[in-house]
Amino acid sequence: MIEEIQRRVNADQALQHRGRWVNLTFVFGIGDDDYLITISAGKITDIRQRHLPTDTGSFSIRASKDSWDKHWQVTPPRDYHDIFAMLPKQIARIDGELLPLMQNLQYFKDIIAKLRDGKGDENGG
Amino acid sequence: MAVEFEPMIGRYFMLEVGGKSYRIYMEEAGRGIPLLCLHTAGSDARQFRHILADADITSRFRVMAFDLPWHGKSNPPKDFRNEDYKLTVHGYKAIINAVCSALELESPVVMGCSMGGRIVCHLALENPAYFRAMIALEGADKLEPYYNLDWLYRPDVHGGDVQAAFVSSQVAPTSPDEYRWETLWHYMQGGPGIFKGDLHFYWLDGDFDDRSPQIDTAACPIYLMSGEYDCSCTPEHTLATAQRIRGAKTTIMDGMGHFPMSENPALFKTYLIPVLDEIATIT
Repeated sequence: MIEEIQRRVNADQALQHRGRWVNLTFVFGIGDDDYLITISAGKITDIRQRHLPTDTGSFSIRASKDSWDKHWQVTPPRDYHDIFAMLPKQIARIDGELLPLMQNLQYFKDIIAKLRDGKGDENGG
Repeated sequence: MAVEFEPMIGRYFMLEVGGKSYRIYMEEAGRGIPLLCLHTAGSDARQFRHILADADITSRFRVMAFDLPWHGKSNPPKDFRNEDYKLTVHGYKAIINAVCSALELESPVVMGCSMGGRIVCHLALENPAYFRAMIALEGADKLEPYYNLDWLYRPDVHGGDVQAAFVSSQVAPTSPDEYRWETLWHYMQGGPGIFKGDLHFYWLDGDFDDRSPQIDTAACPIYLMSGEYDCSCTPEHTLATAQRIRGAKTTIMDGMGHFPMSENPALFKTYLIPVLDEIATIT
């Protein structure tokens, strides 16, 4: 499940340190399902499925379930290996206030790639 | 215990070009056919350190790699504070021609990566008799921008961090972690606005697709080599360029990204040696 990201990020002290300036909630979309991921000083404090249209975040990163499963393969296929490889091919989409994303771009790419272990299908929800 | 120095020698020289004076840093190693290496946008000549240290190459080629003005250890012009850096086709060609002339190179091979892989097309068309051959790494004659360049140079986003984070998408996931991060470190060290200024050439000013069919590869052979995982100059962009340059020889490098010489030097060598072997036979 997507919640596995929380356990893995919070077990990675170096990654949390790189994200120590990040304090926000962002929307992570897997197909039709949106998840709200809340981060405090680089630590994920909450991941919950979005139920209300008024629940939202600073920005969103969305792709299909199949695309995230490919992204999370140990050796992802080309075009799926990085969010910024997925964007120009319109495999992923970002919206919202992009400033905090750009200020901490590698951190956000790293926390999302945390599910990369060949079990993307079962992890991806 | 004595240190083991690497074989390349680094030196500085003054270059006059476009009415300005630049202190240029270059490294070289080897003897033989001149092989001038051009680094990618926003980086510097350290990308070629493995080529410069490879005796299988330097035994036959005089390998040279210089930092463009404003990059690496080359200086910007003395009045740099009064302008925003912006690389143009004209300016880029002038610098390379001036370096070739200053070093008195005879029939050099030019191997450029990314924007360096684009400018070699311009040079091959302009002066095919002078150059022995061109190697365009991750080169295409036309690309479309896919993000807003303003993100690269603004006070509320760390330029070095965001540059590295952007181009990390262009490194193959199979490239060794050590070299991935060394490649990205170069991007973290670029001067403010320099990567953005280089991309002005790469994305906006350097389109060449209309002139590619005019290149005479009989006079100046062109080798296009691009990585499978390059999401900037994709294999598709390279193959489309090859269609327009009659006689161009194309290699798509499996398991490679946008920075072959620095992200996976051992794998790159397996692709590069056959090309250099062929170039060495050109008379």
